[in-house]
Amino acid sequence: MTQIVNVAQTIDHYKSDFQKQESISVWLQDLRSNAMETFEVVGLPVKRRGNEKWKYTNISAIAQTNFEPAQKIDVELEAIKNVAPWDDAWTNLVFVNGFYNSELSSSLDEAPYIYPLSGFVSSNYQNSDIYDPIGKYIDYSDDGFAALNTAFLKDAMVVNIPENFCVKSPINVIFYNTGITGSVNHPRFLMVANKDSKVSLIESFVGEGDDVSLTNSVSEIVGREGAEIDHYRIMGQSNHAFDVGYERVMLSDNSSFRSTSFCKSAKIGRYDLNVCINGTDASCELNGLYTTNGTSHIDNYINIDHVAPNGRSDLLYKGILDGKSKAVFGGTVMVRKSAQKTESTQSDKNLVLSSHAEVNSKPSLYIYADDVQCAHGATAGNIDSDTLFYMMSRGLDIQAASKLLIYGFAEEIISKVDIRSLRNYLESEILSSLPDHRFEF
Amino acid sequence: MNKELEPMMEIKDLHVSVEGNEILKGIELTIKAGEVHAIMGPNGSGKSTLANVVAGRPGYEITSGTICYKGESILEFEPDMRARKGIFLAFQYPVELPGVRTWQFLKASLDSVRSQRGLEELSIRDFDKLLEKKRLEVEMPSDLVKRSVNEGFSGGEKKRNEILQLSLLNPDLALLDETDSGLDIDALRIVSEGVNKYRGSDKSVMLVTHYQRILDYIAPDYVHVLLNGKIVKSGNSELARELEKKGYEWVREHSIVGNDDANS
Repeated sequence: MTQIVNVAQTIDHYKSDFQKQESISVWLQDLRSNAMETFEVVGLPVKRRGNEKWKYTNISAIAQTNFEPAQKIDVELEAIKNVAPWDDAWTNLVFVNGFYNSELSSSLDEAPYIYPLSGFVSSNYQNSDIYDPIGKYIDYSDDGFAALNTAFLKDAMVVNIPENFCVKSPINVIFYNTGITGSVNHPRFLMVANKDSKVSLIESFVGEGDDVSLTNSVSEIVGREGAEIDHYRIMGQSNHAFDVGYERVMLSDNSSFRSTSFCKSAKIGRYDLNVCINGTDASCELNGLYTTNGTSHIDNYINIDHVAPNGRSDLLYKGILDGKSKAVFGGTVMVRKSAQKTESTQSDKNLVLSSHAEVNSKPSLYIYADDVQCAHGATAGNIDSDTLFYMMSRGLDIQAASKLLIYGFAEEIISKVDIRSLRNYLESEILSSLPDHRFEF
Repeated sequence: MNKELEPMMEIKDLHVSVEGNEILKGIELTIKAGEVHAIMGPNGSGKSTLANVVAGRPGYEITSGTICYKGESILEFEPDMRARKGIFLAFQYPVELPGVRTWQFLKASLDSVRSQRGLEELSIRDFDKLLEKKRLEVEMPSDLVKRSVNEGFSGGEKKRNEILQLSLLNPDLALLDETDSGLDIDALRIVSEGVNKYRGSDKSVMLVTHYQRILDYIAPDYVHVLLNGKIVKSGNSELARELEKKGYEWVREHSIVGNDDANS
């Protein structure tokens, strides 16, 4: 069934909402207006033919809905803790429906390098290096979602880690969506890890409710010379929500970005990550786990762009699919001519538990330099009967064996999580979302 | 019924096919408690099939015959039920289980086997103690029990892990499928010591092997020669030594069963 989307109508709808926004500062208004102009040209990516970025993900259900900006709403901290990872020892920063909530968040007195943008835009704060980099690391010229996010930018979390500074406890940014019917929120995040700084960051996009809502996020992360960034990202929306995430990472000399992403659920979930190895001897390690069931659709579009020499990238994404769900893995490792001595591995592995589930995995590799070591591959499969027989011959029944194997498949990614309470959260989240499956024997 | 009088395992007229090819062509074998039986034979004789069929590996079609374990037919039982009832197969090629930690796997296995015997799950502390003791017996490095099952283990470590499991689960009937293949002399000694420690008046072993070498370490009560799907000669450990000297050709020529289809 092809749903017809009236592209012009979608654009008109958002344009009308755009004009209703109050103007809060000249600087922000310029940023928004430019983005809106682009959005009016590119619209949402409903056309898939010839569009590698969206080839296997049909977003017409998103484009057909006239989403209205989510409203500010009060929630109890318990509601947040129910769905998001939480540890009182972390620096927890809570956004509800796109609005920063300082009461639910940790005190920032001890962390002057963390700024919610809303605290500054209204005070005509000029010449600030705080918000200046916002939008510098993304290119929404061919991305309607990122353009839309920028057109509706009103609040953001900005983190600017000082040089040589090691942030002791993890920074946990929670974008909580209360799930109001037909609402959209546009989370925005920027982090600059300055020279030789070190930080652990958790980005959590979580929500509740049985209604259709859209989370449309943009994150920019910058690692300056020698910065070490440990990054975790959680997509934990309800099964009725749409979640489209766009993240850009820019790495300078000797910096490293180690990321682990978890996509638990969403009606349509999309994570578009692009890491640019822009300095020599920089590295990234990108791990991901996606579990899909019911009719959910999760699309990971993970790109690595090697621009500078001596870079290293390791990508390992794994999926567990059940029900009538679909998963997509796409993305390119690009090794440019200037990126000699690059080493890169890229792999996507899927455990497909149901004959009705479907995965489209298409990792690709473009090499323009001649002195590199690169490997890539994708697999999709079930558990073979030799494996099950081995476990059953030790007395385990087929359900127990299946559970150990499915969890074991996920464990490879979960074990990459160095933060203990985050790992506990993920273990229980993943365990509860794993299908109660019985392999055929 | 008196347990002493009942065989641990009794196989009668067992015929087994794989994808239409008959592999076992009428096996007769009785193993009593306390006995070690060696099944010898050249490649393709069906000796591994015999061990795997008893353990319940899928993919084999039993066209006729019976396998009774402690007086009960086990053909209808799934492999996990056979294991819980006390049958253990040490694999020729132990399977790697990525992401499943050895500790976790062994604990789950032991708890499952114990529950069948009406015993409670072991506490983590008691299990750790037991596992540590068994680990030292097979001289397994301590980090291996923390790693994924058999993943990245050397060939010898995999086989030692099988013997560790044998010792831990303490079954009544152990089927060893070419446990000696690919082992160096030290690993062979460790594995054999494990099996000898397991032996007892209420335990039975069916040891499948191509070579006589392991029988220098594990003295069998009986030796059977399997050729082309049938047991063609049975004897004591002397038979194994004779085989080593004269080769399987010798049995082919002097087998007690006619070579009705040996050359077909």
